[in-house]
Amino acid sequence: MSNTTQLLRFITAGSVDDGKSTLIGRLLHDSKSIFEDQLSAISITSERRGMAAVDFSLLTDGLQAEREQGITIDVAYRYFATPKRKFIIGDTPGHEQYTRNMVTAASTANLVVILVDARKGVLVQTRRHTYLASLVGIPHIVLAVNKMDMVDYSEARYTEICAEYLAFAAQLGLTDITCIPLSALAGDMLVARGNNMEWYQGTTLLNLLENIVIDYDVNTTDFRYPVQWICRPQTEEYHDFRGYMGRIEAGEIAVGDEITVLPSGRTSKVKEIVTYDGKLQRAYAPQSVTLTLEDEIDISRGDMFVNGGAKPKVAKEFAAMLCWLSETPLDKNRKYLVKHTTRTAKCLFSGIDYRVDVNTLEQHSTATLNMNDIARVAIKVQQPLAFDSYTTDRATGSFIVIDEATNNTVAAGMIA
Amino acid sequence: MSETENIMKLVEKEIMSTHTISHLDVLESESIHIMREVAAECKNPALLFSGGKDSIVMLRLAEKAFRPAKFPFPLVHIDTEHNFPEVIACRDKLAADLGERLIVRSLEDSIRRGSIVIKDESKPRNPFQSVTLLETIAEFGFDACMGGARRDEEKARAKERIFSFRDEFGQWDPKNQRPELWDTYNTRVHNGENIRVFPISNWTEMDIWEYIGREKLHIPEIYFAHKRELIRRGNSVIPVSHLVQPKPGEKVEVLSVRFRTVGDMTCTAPVESTARTVDEIIEETSITRITERGATRMDDQTSDASMELRKKEGYF
Ligand SMILES: Nc1nc2c(ncn2[C@@H]2O[C@H](COP(=O)(O)OP(=O)(O)OP(=O)(O)O)[C@@H](O)[C@H]2O)c(=O)[nH]1
Ligand SMILES: [Mg+2]
Repeated sequence: MSNTTQLLRFITAGSVDDGKSTLIGRLLHDSKSIFEDQLSAISITSERRGMAAVDFSLLTDGLQAEREQGITIDVAYRYFATPKRKFIIGDTPGHEQYTRNMVTAASTANLVVILVDARKGVLVQTRRHTYLASLVGIPHIVLAVNKMDMVDYSEARYTEICAEYLAFAAQLGLTDITCIPLSALAGDMLVARGNNMEWYQGTTLLNLLENIVIDYDVNTTDFRYPVQWICRPQTEEYHDFRGYMGRIEAGEIAVGDEITVLPSGRTSKVKEIVTYDGKLQRAYAPQSVTLTLEDEIDISRGDMFVNGGAKPKVAKEFAAMLCWLSETPLDKNRKYLVKHTTRTAKCLFSGIDYRVDVNTLEQHSTATLNMNDIARVAIKVQQPLAFDSYTTDRATGSFIVIDEATNNTVAAGMIA
Repeated sequence: MSETENIMKLVEKEIMSTHTISHLDVLESESIHIMREVAAECKNPALLFSGGKDSIVMLRLAEKAFRPAKFPFPLVHIDTEHNFPEVIACRDKLAADLGERLIVRSLEDSIRRGSIVIKDESKPRNPFQSVTLLETIAEFGFDACMGGARRDEEKARAKERIFSFRDEFGQWDPKNQRPELWDTYNTRVHNGENIRVFPISNWTEMDIWEYIGREKLHIPEIYFAHKRELIRRGNSVIPVSHLVQPKPGEKVEVLSVRFRTVGDMTCTAPVESTARTVDEIIEETSITRITERGATRMDDQTSDASMELRKKEGYF
């Protein structure tokens, strides 16, 4: 048992019925990660539904409604481990209606497997999911050309699809893409190579997932620490204790380091790094710790401690890419709430620069945003936020938008 | 700064950035972050605590999240009174050792009130737990309840958000969940609505055992191999207790067993085992071919969607 096993979070994506759920089920089965009772449960259900073979998509399509309709509605999370790595899989829905659930899973993924049905090739939804993957900054993409069994395992067809996809991806500036031909149904190139595609010399899917190098933290130098909760035990022993609790979102911190509190701009030095397991000299992302400071300054939840060369911007207005996730369109006359790190503030959308057509990547002007629209917008917040651009730092460059009337999460934002 | 000092700084940075943290540390930090969000944003949260292994892990995570202060929420147990006595003893001892407030509400209270009608005493009581839970939520006005459910336990749980919204009837709508992006959680509810929060969503059974080992957590004895009287019924074995006695013709066997989950005594089956230490349990867990619930929870096997149905009605 090794304690340093790395964790890889990956998701499937792509158009309806391209075989995402089947792929996950088959991958789990072939890597011996399905338990006997799960297998017997899905075998019985497959039989009851009149299928000739076990339907592996039932492994992730766990809701009654999903099984009735044979589609995925919401993300299913699955966990498995090989001697090399631990995996958290998110199997996402292909239906356009449920794009917000795909975005949910994409926002925490290190890698996405985009499936294409070899008969159908690249579809609008393939492009949409690729665009979303690039927007939320998933660093690694695998293009899985699935259902190769239905095109006679044709190398020419595979090459054609790869070329079309890579051309689209290049427009988005995506470079880290591995293409694999496979059959989720037959199990070719998932765990074993199979005998049907001697012409393909590249990696199998599992081999790639086990060995791809992943960077957890894009920004390792600049310390970012949103204050979550202030610890005031008010017991005799800890009478004057005032600890700032939070998670290090980026960088590292050591006792004695100077920190700046944003948005106020006041500075102090780290006195102690307190944890349940004792005091530390130094702590790193993504540890959750408690910091005490040398000076008594006014600090509350929503403030951010920073140090390092690049400081976040502090502003009340900024531009962002927005995915609108709600069935109710954006209303520019209304105020919404933005939750950014640990701060929630009222906001207004002062302008929509453009909406992106995910098929052609063209920019169109628009007066409002409907569900699944992706747009560049200008936002005004009531209180200043301390932020980085999303590409520099996911944690301090992202936010959600909440509709105060319904309390629903209506949009995901990435600061430009 | 001199040239060498500069280089030293760079070298130091280089070493720092290659620092790796274990997957248990990553999971632990995620759970702490979730609990602190609940404390900071919810008006009146509670931590659901049963005395089982997952909730014992939850307590350690809460200690890590909030010490040296007290927990900013009470512990709440919905007692079916079908629990193993060892688990209840462990529940009470842990709450007392930690010095935290424990609220216990029993199904018996709901039965007395008439909101639960029991037809057969020997039948599992899990389906009724939701009733008492919802009554307890209303009694104290909790707007958030943290629970120790994990996504790897069951296929409906595998679909659930970490912050899972419940309407004023306590119902979960799996077809219309709130988007949940990054780890920016939407904790907002209107009066009467409720959020269920699952800080250990991403932990597996194996992670739980590794963590229990690493943190040297004290868990009820029945998780370790022991000799127990059992009755074989259908595909499974049921522990003999004051609630379950052999029917005429049934034979009582004594086997070396341990429990993988500890729920309602009438429907929680142990697995045959000789594992007497956490390391030995980890060993067995790594080679088992059956899921935790598949091996032990007969109530989940009554129908393909029993967990989904229970959750829709307000279960954890
Ligand atoms: N012939 C063949 N059929 C496949 C293959 N992979 C999947 N299928 C079939 O394609 C259909 C759809 O598969 P799913 O796995 O449910 O597709 P999905 O992409 O998860 O669909 P959504 O989640 O609803 O978007 C099923 O009937 C599968 O059996 C394959 O490699 N070859
Ligand atoms: Mg699917």
